[in-house]
Amino acid sequence: MDITTLLERFKNGDRRALARAITWVENGTPEAAELVRATFPDTGRAHVIGITGPPGAGKSTLVDRVAARFRKLGKSVGIVAVDPTSPFSGGAILGDRIRMQRTLADPGVFMRSLASRGHLGGISIATGDVVSLLDAFGFDVIIVETVGAGQSEVEIMGLAHTTCVVLIPGMGDDVQAIKAGILEIGDVFGVNKADRDGADRTVMEIEMMLDLGHMGEGGINRWPADAGAGAGAGGPQPGAAAMQRLDRAGHHSAEEAAGTADSPRSASAHAAERHGTANPGDISWRPPVTKTVAKDDQGVEALVERMNEHLQFLRETGRWEQLKHRDAAAKLRELITARVVRIMMERAGSAGDLERLTNAVADRSTDPYSAVDEVLRKHLGR
Amino acid sequence: MERKLRVLVAKLGLDAHDRGAKVVARAYRDAGFEVIYTGIYQRPEQVAEAAIQEDVDVLAVSSLAGAHATLVPQLVEILKAQGVDDLLVLAGGVIPEEDIPTLKAAGVAEVFGPGADLDEIIRFTRENVKRV
Repeated sequence: MDITTLLERFKNGDRRALARAITWVENGTPEAAELVRATFPDTGRAHVIGITGPPGAGKSTLVDRVAARFRKLGKSVGIVAVDPTSPFSGGAILGDRIRMQRTLADPGVFMRSLASRGHLGGISIATGDVVSLLDAFGFDVIIVETVGAGQSEVEIMGLAHTTCVVLIPGMGDDVQAIKAGILEIGDVFGVNKADRDGADRTVMEIEMMLDLGHMGEGGINRWPADAGAGAGAGGPQPGAAAMQRLDRAGHHSAEEAAGTADSPRSASAHAAERHGTANPGDISWRPPVTKTVAKDDQGVEALVERMNEHLQFLRETGRWEQLKHRDAAAKLRELITARVVRIMMERAGSAGDLERLTNAVADRSTDPYSAVDEVLRKHLGR
Repeated sequence: MERKLRVLVAKLGLDAHDRGAKVVARAYRDAGFEVIYTGIYQRPEQVAEAAIQEDVDVLAVSSLAGAHATLVPQLVEILKAQGVDDLLVLAGGVIPEEDIPTLKAAGVAEVFGPGADLDEIIRFTRENVKRV
């Protein structure tokens, strides 16, 4: 299939063309840049949701049920699931489809498994471009499931509009241990396998941690009024829904959250809080915690409601635009870095400098910093 | 850089015997392939859709419950109807000698029975992948 045919079929909604486009982008073929270029004008519409959490938390099962719920709400869903690549063979077992059987039979759902291919941030290098293709293809919601995450796999927050951190009961002190890493990136939290002992305790621990972080300057609220592109302060006024949430905003007691699995409505009482003035930039989002039992489809409706509320919050406070700006900046930085590195390596390589300096550093006749200085002086003129 | 080859390891129909499929999946992984495993009890339509969405180079179907002569040709037909013509289809498991010509006529490139050498499966796969 050549690129003209592929693009034509892509724009006509051909799923095979989408699948092939993803392959090209993932492999960084010569056509990949042209694909992204041609489809970029159609992007920026989908709600991108990241699902992350430790291995075995039930992320894939939850993605299956969350996708099914979005389908019920009339949304088409694209799913990207990342699994780890073996550091030894470069191969991978991508098993996320096993747990997604319920939704995968639905023609309104498209699912693609990606291997991390050596990248360590929880997603693969190409994940952003794959999401971009799904967005251009027209999916309303795109769910990105990360590899099983530990503490520092936080890259998903740079890709998703709404990051959902999934935890399970019985992690005990581990919850404390990870609060500096993954717990900071959650816009919504799911405590899955909530039919197990200790679920309420886990919810309470997360709630307490969130409330602590919420009180401090910055902290959990990583979108203060003056951050980003300035779309916040000058952006749209909060709409009716946001105001309604503000009216209902109150304390987030453990008892209230503990009831979410049984009575989803009680959870909607808290989505946003107000600090000081009515400036939309001053409205911050206090991440809600929802109990789920994904295998029994419990709490999923409430969790999806929280995700939708977060989207509404982003839109009504102007943060949606800020995120677009952030994404654009990150993408440019990434591409510039990649290209400059490639150009420099090519120049230094073909001039023989790379090999000569590698040997020099290895036998200690120079040091790595001086070697790099020399390369930049010679090939970059500085 | 060498292109990563993707293989879908599939179990069709009412066949829960997936140890062989898992061993083969693991062998592919160790040979550097990206392996999508969909689990057991799959209908031909599901496997075909998975092969399309995952855009795999290879489809390896494992059968130990005797339905291969019906389900594998069905699967290949569905793929053909969708215009998929660059997929290497392999079969493995407990497949009687007399069924092999039927499968090959349906478009299966090779059939690997019990005791098949994993290295041989990998070698055959690499040499017969249709896409460049």
